[in-house]
Amino acid sequence: MTTNILLAGFGGQGILFAGKAIAKMAMDSELQVSWLPSYGPEMRGGAANCSVIVSDEEIGSPLVVTPDLLIALNLPSFEKFEPNVKAGGKLVYDSSLIDKTSSRSDIEVYGIPATAMASDAGLTGMANVIVLGYLLKITGLFEYDAFLEHMVAGIPAAKAALIEKNKKALEMGYNYAK
Amino acid sequence: MAKKVLMKGNEAIAEAAIKSGCLHFFGYPITPQTEISEYMAKRMPKVGGLCLQAESEVSAINMIMGAAASGSRCLTSSSSPGISLKSEGISYLVGCDLPCVIVNVQRGGPGLGGIQPSQQDYYQATKANGHGDEHILVLAPSSVQEMAQLTSEAFDLADIYRMPAMILADGALGQMMEPVDFELGTKREIPEKTWACNGTEGKRKKNIINSLLIDPDELETSVVNRFKRYDEIAEKEVKYEEYKCDDADIVIVAYGITSRICKTAIAAARAKGIKVGLFRPITLWPYPKKQLGALADKAKHFLVCELNMGQMVDDVKVATECKKPVSFFGRTGGVIPSPDEVLAQIEKLAAAL
Amino acid sequence: MVVFDKPKSLSPVPFHYCPGCTHGIVHRLVAEVLDELDLCGKAVGIAPVGCSVFAYNYFECDMIEAAHGRAPAVATGVKRTHPDNIVFTYQGDGDLAAIGTAETVHVGARGENITIIFINNCIYGMTGGQMAPTTMPGQVTTTSPYGRDRRIQGSPIRVCEMLSTLDGVAYAERVAVNTVPNIKKAKAAIKKAFQNQVDKKGLSIVEVLSTCPTNWGMTPEQALEWVKTDMIPFYPLGVYKDADVKDLNPTSTKEVTE
Repeated sequence: MTTNILLAGFGGQGILFAGKAIAKMAMDSELQVSWLPSYGPEMRGGAANCSVIVSDEEIGSPLVVTPDLLIALNLPSFEKFEPNVKAGGKLVYDSSLIDKTSSRSDIEVYGIPATAMASDAGLTGMANVIVLGYLLKITGLFEYDAFLEHMVAGIPAAKAALIEKNKKALEMGYNYAK
Repeated sequence: MAKKVLMKGNEAIAEAAIKSGCLHFFGYPITPQTEISEYMAKRMPKVGGLCLQAESEVSAINMIMGAAASGSRCLTSSSSPGISLKSEGISYLVGCDLPCVIVNVQRGGPGLGGIQPSQQDYYQATKANGHGDEHILVLAPSSVQEMAQLTSEAFDLADIYRMPAMILADGALGQMMEPVDFELGTKREIPEKTWACNGTEGKRKKNIINSLLIDPDELETSVVNRFKRYDEIAEKEVKYEEYKCDDADIVIVAYGITSRICKTAIAAARAKGIKVGLFRPITLWPYPKKQLGALADKAKHFLVCELNMGQMVDDVKVATECKKPVSFFGRTGGVIPSPDEVLAQIEKLAAAL
Repeated sequence: MVVFDKPKSLSPVPFHYCPGCTHGIVHRLVAEVLDELDLCGKAVGIAPVGCSVFAYNYFECDMIEAAHGRAPAVATGVKRTHPDNIVFTYQGDGDLAAIGTAETVHVGARGENITIIFINNCIYGMTGGQMAPTTMPGQVTTTSPYGRDRRIQGSPIRVCEMLSTLDGVAYAERVAVNTVPNIKKAKAAIKKAFQNQVDKKGLSIVEVLSTCPTNWGMTPEQALEWVKTDMIPFYPLGVYKDADVKDLNPTSTKEVTE
């Protein structure tokens, strides 16, 4: 079983971080994983995206072109990548930043106003973690508790203050009801 | 088994170098390999080593020349345009029989080109690093694990054969993260560097490290002797991977990141009943000529896939002695083909078999 | 009793230099200093590309032959990985001040604790008398056949003056080897440049005004005279910098911690 994940948005939205959290969890779950970021000038304030592939067999091409799971956190990425989602795949997007929905009937579409939720809860900048929580709920990719534990373990001691905030954000996403 | 670490390919090279006893790094920033310099700058002071940012790639490769000549294990890294600047130094290192490891995380060219992954420096790496009759060892990893593994092996090979070894990677392998296990296997026996220039202490005759041989006969002898060593390396040190080649009608020949894209395409083609396999050279110099040649009696068609305009095609034709047709598919300039594009090529060839 | 002998740091082989060329004098001065400071066993010399390309045959210490202009980078590689070695480069004007300018400036900027012996004879010797970065205004060479015209070929580089502006340069002195008193001063300067390295003071460079009778089209005597009448007025002798990089205030603020 192979899951091709594409995360896309603006630089600064924590796209690469979210991808890394998934990749790290996959590695520690004894799965094969690859994480490939976009890089170069396009990262400087522009678009950022990363391909994450999680599999129980050897991973071939690390570049995700037709994702099983697309996480779109801004309108340009939504418009660029939504048509590429595999039939039967899932699309998760930030409905507080993307004022439209998918017209495709062959994929499952999940909107979550992650940025608005984050700012309402005093968690500005943590919409990515809210989306991760939501992702766990709708995909069942990893166990919630195990993922939380891993994410917290990855936060360096110097940033311990962030632990509670991350916990809260992940929980908000997981418990979000459409 | 040691715990795996999730790391970028560039970082894996740097850490593997340190774990291989390389405590001296000289470099100059260039995308997409700068993480190697950054990792070294952070780690080296902690392990009692040195990371020095030179004023240019030209200077960095000559610092390598000094470090290698005085007997130190040392590493430099760059990307395509920077490797061109290093070519003078590489030729001198070969002429002086000095060991070192050089990393090329390739990007698109020619000129300033782009910064996306490419394999456009195949000719340069395997045939013309610098002026003169010369070769260097060229190893082409295809995963982050191999970035570490082959870096470790490159240091040993360089020391054993007294010549530079290159890790020929690309922007995708440099930037991507995968789990790495740093248990990199047993080290080989390294001959003592009795030739090193690090002071006679009055106990031995002076050593001279030099590539100038004014007398043509003397220079010829030195080059011919070096080529005898090359023959020995070609005999003993080729590395390659065969993947589903046993029953393959079509054999794809690809290295590095491209080989992985091909593996995905091969799985899809096999699902459609097409018998296709992959031959992956891991050493690009020495090239696994005999091993690839052996497949020419079984396979019906060869398909070379690269991120360039077909630089490896001639090597495949030579290795297979043109016994079977050799086709080419590639994208260049930093474009990475999708597995579907490779699959389309496979299907086209299969239909014509 | 031996009153005059070959320095032990000089190899027992004949030089290939032209009659009247002062490379031989400077080689001998370097070797005498290595003997007197007992440094030969620790020394690693870097030879250039130019007339002194064969310097690796002439000194009894370990020697590396560098690519054209790259000797300071090679020296950096040796010194940084083997700080206990005494590392020196021996370079001409084309090597140091044309093709190797970046290496020269940055070895100074970094304050590498090495010694540079710089031979300035205003011309490319090995290739047969072409214009050098130090060729004087009006000087005729095979590539400035009508005399160096500053409007066309630009002006010469005064290396000691230029390098003395760099914080990492500990010592820069220009000497000449055209007279016996000047040769004595040159030796003192070379000795100081090596002693500075022993004392870890930073980069030391001694620029030696030298002759090239063959390519200048002069007799050896005329060449020595031309150093006095033409070169020294344009390239004044003396100490341009005498400092210690250890006195520089480091600005590294972060401790290296595991």
